[in-house]
Amino acid sequence: MDMQVPKKKLGLKERYTLMTRDLAWDTSYQPKEKVYPYADYEGIKIHDWDKWEDPFRLTMDAYWKYQAEKERKLYAIIDAYSQSNGHLGVTDARYLNAIKIFLTAVTPLEYMAHRGFAHAGRAFPGPGARVACMMQAIDEMRHAQTQIHSLSNYNKYYNGFHDAPHMYDRVWYLSVPKSFFDDAITAGPFEFIVSVGFSFEYVLTNLLFVPFVSGAAYNGDMGTMTFGFSAQSDEARHMTLGLECIKFILEQDPANLPIVQRWIDKWTWRGVRLLSIVAMMMDYMLPKRVMSWKEAWEIYFEENGGALFKDLARYGIRMPDCCEQIRQEKDHLSHQVWAAFYNYSAATDFHTWMPDEDEMKWLSQKYPDTFDQHYRPRFEFWREQQQKGNRFYNKTLPMLCQTCQIPMLFTEPGDPTKICYRERDYKGSKYHFCSDHCQHIFDNEPEKYVQAWLPVHQIYQGNCFPEGSDPTAPGFDPLAAVLEHYRLNAGRDNGDFEGSEDQRNFEAWRGMAKRND
Amino acid sequence: MQVAAVKEYAGTPRDGVENFHGNQLLYIGWDDHLMFCAPLTFPFPPTLRFGDIVEKVLPGAYGYHPDWARVDWSKVEWLKSGQPWTPHFNRTLAENGLGHKDVLRFRTPGLTGIQGSCS
Ligand SMILES: [Fe+2]
Ligand SMILES: [Fe+2]
Repeated sequence: MDMQVPKKKLGLKERYTLMTRDLAWDTSYQPKEKVYPYADYEGIKIHDWDKWEDPFRLTMDAYWKYQAEKERKLYAIIDAYSQSNGHLGVTDARYLNAIKIFLTAVTPLEYMAHRGFAHAGRAFPGPGARVACMMQAIDEMRHAQTQIHSLSNYNKYYNGFHDAPHMYDRVWYLSVPKSFFDDAITAGPFEFIVSVGFSFEYVLTNLLFVPFVSGAAYNGDMGTMTFGFSAQSDEARHMTLGLECIKFILEQDPANLPIVQRWIDKWTWRGVRLLSIVAMMMDYMLPKRVMSWKEAWEIYFEENGGALFKDLARYGIRMPDCCEQIRQEKDHLSHQVWAAFYNYSAATDFHTWMPDEDEMKWLSQKYPDTFDQHYRPRFEFWREQQQKGNRFYNKTLPMLCQTCQIPMLFTEPGDPTKICYRERDYKGSKYHFCSDHCQHIFDNEPEKYVQAWLPVHQIYQGNCFPEGSDPTAPGFDPLAAVLEHYRLNAGRDNGDFEGSEDQRNFEAWRGMAKRND
Repeated sequence: MQVAAVKEYAGTPRDGVENFHGNQLLYIGWDDHLMFCAPLTFPFPPTLRFGDIVEKVLPGAYGYHPDWARVDWSKVEWLKSGQPWTPHFNRTLAENGLGHKDVLRFRTPGLTGIQGSCS
C-alpha cells in the first residue's frame, strides 16, 4: 500500500543546506589534490572547511528572484532616463569625463572580478566558499552588464565612450587598473579573495562607490546613480564575504597570519594607488563636489577602516605599513594626479581642463596646507597659457613604476617638491618604483613583476602601432600611430575640454531643450 | 620566494635592452620642476653623444618652461641613481657609463619653478 507522505515545506536553514553543502561530494576516482590543484601552493593551511560560516544563507533560486526584481527596476529607470534626454540634465558636460573613466577603467574590472571569483569558486575545496564565490561571480558579471547598458546612453551623444574594452587592453593609463586585476587573478585563490574580496571590497570599495554614486546624484546623472544603487545591495553581500574569508583563514591555522598580513599590506597599497584616479575625479571632475578626496579618505578609510583593523587585532592583524605614507599623501594625491593627466591629455579618451577661480578657492579651502603653496601657481600658469592659446602638453613619455605602472608622479614622503625615486637591480637589470611599498611588492615576487607590460616601454619597442606600420618610413608620426592603435579619435576624444566637440554639443543641445527656436 | 607558483617558474623580463631595436632607455628628471609631472623616458642609441641630449633633445621636452632659457649648464648638478655624477658632454652614453634603464636627475641651482613653487 502506498503511503502518501505530505510534502513538508523546508525551513530556510534546511533548504540552504540541501541546496549548497549537500550538493558537494568527496571525490573517489581522483585524489583531492588533483581535483583542487590550487588549494595548497600559497601556503595557506585549512584544516576544516566545514567551519566556514556562510555569511548569508542565500540559495540559487532565491538569488535569481531577488536579482531579477532589481534588474526590472534598474532598466525601467534607464529607459526613462534615456527617453527623456536625461543626459542634458547633468550639471555640465565636464562631468561626463569622469563617467568615461568609469566606463574604461572600472567596468572592465567588474568583468575581471567575475572571472576571478569564478576561478576562486572552482579552486576552493570547501562547498560553502564555492557557492558564495559563484554568486559573487554572477553579481560581477551583472555589474559589468548594467554599467555598459547605462553608459551606452552617453555613447550616442559624446566622444570617448566608443571602445572601452579595446582601450582597456592598450591605453597607457588603463594599464594601471588592468595590471591591478591581472595581478589579482593570476595569484592563487586565497590571495585573490584577500585582494579583491577583502582589501578592495571591504576596505576600499566605499571610496569608489559612495563618492561616485553620490557624485552622480549631485550632478544629475540618474543613470549612473541607478546602477550604483543597484550594485550596492550586492556590495553589502560581497563585503560580508570578504570579511568572513579573512576570519576563516586566520582561525584555521596560526601559520596563515603572516601570509595574510603580507597580502593585506600589498593589496591595500595597490588599491590606494589604483584609487588615486578616483581622488582626482572627486576634486577636479565633478562640477558639483560632494566632498573632497581628503574628507572621503578620512571618513571611509581612517575612521571606518581603522575600526575594522581594531576588530581584526584579536587575530593578530595590524594596520598595513603603508598607512603612514597614505596619510601624508591625502593632501597631495588628487592635485598631483590631475596635473599628470593634464600633462598627457593628448593621449587619453577624455578631456582635462584647469579649474576656474571658484574651483581653486574650493581647493584652497579643502586643502589649506598644500594647495596654494604647491599647486595653485602651477595651475594658474597653465590656465593663463591655455587662455593665450599656448596650452601645455607634455610631449615626452613618462617614466613608470614597475609595480603600479603609474607615471612616477608621486613625491617623496615629507617633501612635496621632490619626485620619489626608488630602484633596485634584479638579475642584472634595473627596475624603478614610485615608492617603498611598490618596491616591496616587487621584492616579494620579482619573477612576476619583471614581466610587467609597461605602456611606455611597449611604445618604444614598437608594439603599439597599427598593424603594418613602418616606424622607419619618412614622416612617420609615432603619437598619431599610437592613438590610432588605441582607437582614439585625435582632436575629438582627447585634449582640453575648452573648445571640445562635447562642450559645443552639450551647450547647443541644452539650449535647444530650453528654447523654442 | 621569487614568486608563488604551483611549479618551478621563471618570468621572462619584458624590457630587456634587446627589445629596443638598438636603443637603450634613459630616464631623465628635472628636479624642482614638477610642471613636468614625472621623469621622462627616452630611447637612445648607446653611441649617442651625451651633449646631444642636452642640446638637441631636452629643449623639445622642457623648453615650454620659463626657467628653461635661464639654465646655466656650467652650474647644473647631475645625479645618477640618486648619487652625484659628472657627465662628459663629448662622450657617448656608453662611454659615460650609462646603461639600459639608468636614471639621471639634474638640478638647476637658483631655479625653483613657477613662483618658487617647484612647479
Ligand atoms: Fe562589482
Ligand atoms: Fe608604484
